[in-house]
Amino acid sequence: MLSLLNFYEALDSLSSNKLRSALTVLGIVIGVGAVIGIMAVGAGAQNTITGQISSIGTNLLFVLRGGTEDIRNPKPLTIHDAEAIADPFAAPSVVGVAPVLQDTLELSYAGESTFAQSFGVTSSYNSVSNLALSEGEFISEAHILGRAAVAVIGPDTAEALLGRREGVVGETIRIEGQPFRVIGLMASRGGSGFGNQDNQVMVPLTTAQTRLMSRGRDRVDMIMVKAGSPETVPSADQEIASILRTRHRTPIGSDDFTVFTQEDFLTTAGTITGVLTLFLGGIAGISLLVGGIGIMNIMLVSVTERTREIGLRKAVGARKRDILFQFLTESSLLSLAGGLIGIALGWGLSLIVGAIAAASNTDLTPTVTLDSVLLATLFSAAVGLFFGLYPAKRAADLEPVEALRYE
Amino acid sequence: MSEWVIDAEALVKTYKMGEVEVHALRGVSLKVRPGEVLSIMGPSGSGKSTLMNLVGCLDRPSTGRYRLDGELVSDLSDDELAEIRSRKVGFVFQSFNLLGRQTALANVELPMRYAGVARGRRQRATEALEAVGLGDRLHHRPNELSGGQQQRVAIARALINRPSIILADEPTGNLDSKSGDEVIRYLLGLNKESGTTLVFVTHDPEIAARTKRIVRLFDGEIVEDK
Repeated sequence: MLSLLNFYEALDSLSSNKLRSALTVLGIVIGVGAVIGIMAVGAGAQNTITGQISSIGTNLLFVLRGGTEDIRNPKPLTIHDAEAIADPFAAPSVVGVAPVLQDTLELSYAGESTFAQSFGVTSSYNSVSNLALSEGEFISEAHILGRAAVAVIGPDTAEALLGRREGVVGETIRIEGQPFRVIGLMASRGGSGFGNQDNQVMVPLTTAQTRLMSRGRDRVDMIMVKAGSPETVPSADQEIASILRTRHRTPIGSDDFTVFTQEDFLTTAGTITGVLTLFLGGIAGISLLVGGIGIMNIMLVSVTERTREIGLRKAVGARKRDILFQFLTESSLLSLAGGLIGIALGWGLSLIVGAIAAASNTDLTPTVTLDSVLLATLFSAAVGLFFGLYPAKRAADLEPVEALRYE
Repeated sequence: MSEWVIDAEALVKTYKMGEVEVHALRGVSLKVRPGEVLSIMGPSGSGKSTLMNLVGCLDRPSTGRYRLDGELVSDLSDDELAEIRSRKVGFVFQSFNLLGRQTALANVELPMRYAGVARGRRQRATEALEAVGLGDRLHHRPNELSGGQQQRVAIARALINRPSIILADEPTGNLDSKSGDEVIRYLLGLNKESGTTLVFVTHDPEIAARTKRIVRLFDGEIVEDK
């Protein structure tokens, strides 16, 4: 209909008072900017976490005790379960098994002390979990057999206790007051994700069993299993499950253990970050609402100011819908412009957050997603139409006679 | 039956102002032939503005019938009235009522846009402005034009859809005597040339003197018509 001309007229009308138009769209700009920025950070966080989960190795499975909530008295996992899983005939898809005991223990050295995630592991642990060492050697079979008081520590632990991140092999630290000789230093794996992976200590499983984490009767907290390749993970899952079902003698459908794969973690992480992002984005979206009210307000003022103009247009033949359309075009243009500026602002915000993260060594790269841009654009337009409707209707319903008389 | 361009019968207009009922028109009948020039005169409160609004299809009568150029318009809907206005009525106001932010050309094109004229608007508007002697001011905005020039733009706009009647409400009220004189002469000349019916609504006896017929209103009724 009168579309292109309407567009130019609306543009002309809005730019006749640039300051007013700018102030009006401020709410929308801030709202959209915040939403885009938050969703970008959320997307970046999701990527980071996904990356970290994947970096551990995509062929890993984790077996833990306990099934669904209604399984009572789940049998504990034992070292013998781990040995059964390691049987190549029973579980051909499995290439490595590492039972693990885990606790948070206090470490000390010459007056300094710190708490760290502590693991009692077997010699297969570093190959199963792709653990790299920057110094020294890992725990060996001999250490396991001899219940040696040796430890492999992470770089942050070394820093906290010994004040340095290298040359720590040979030092003796105390774990829960007991002396342990440092035989290896883990390579740095980076922060966030699941808590600081650089502040950890590994000791032989047998040593942990007897001296640090007594659970009784060969129990272990977790069994880490490595499948041959990402494709064999599902079959490994099946094999482990069937071995444990037989050993634990649980009825079908009531497993008292759970096998987690990388997939599960990725899905959970994805869900959590997704929900969080949506939630925060929604809150930011509230300012879109406020922005819309601002637009409605200004449009009402505009309609009042232009009463005579509306009267004149009606006198020369404008119908209600012509006037309605005219003002709706203006309000939509306002909000859409605000939306586009807001998208630019959000993009800028994501860059700033990215720069801050880089400067503080946090692995986070906010990424502005196409989804969020489309969503923001759609919403801005909708806000303009919705909040512009009432003023446009007021304009359209003006009686030409009175409108022409308006001072 | 287009013997009459304006055929109004027993028009009554009553409206409520708060609690009070105002009887603006109490039964006005008016017949005008095509090509006539007349003035509607009366003191304020006499109902002349109301009559003009009814004649110009800006409003509907409470009771009574009105045919404009043969079409019954007294009980049309708002949208239908708007359509009639754009085709058959041209308005000239005391305060010009031009769109301040648009050029003379755009102002004259306005009624064509609402009448759905898709092509040739610019051409026709240019011709209309040339006809009123403003061919060299096509792209000027109202604030770049004198009062007399602005009123001439308004006249060009009023004529653009070739209406059946021109309604001029105190057209010289905001003009100096020279410009005002020019405007009146132009309109009268237009009537002679093209036979467009002219209706002046005024309280200025000098204007009325130049029209052949004067309709006087008092208190909502016609008291004289000659």
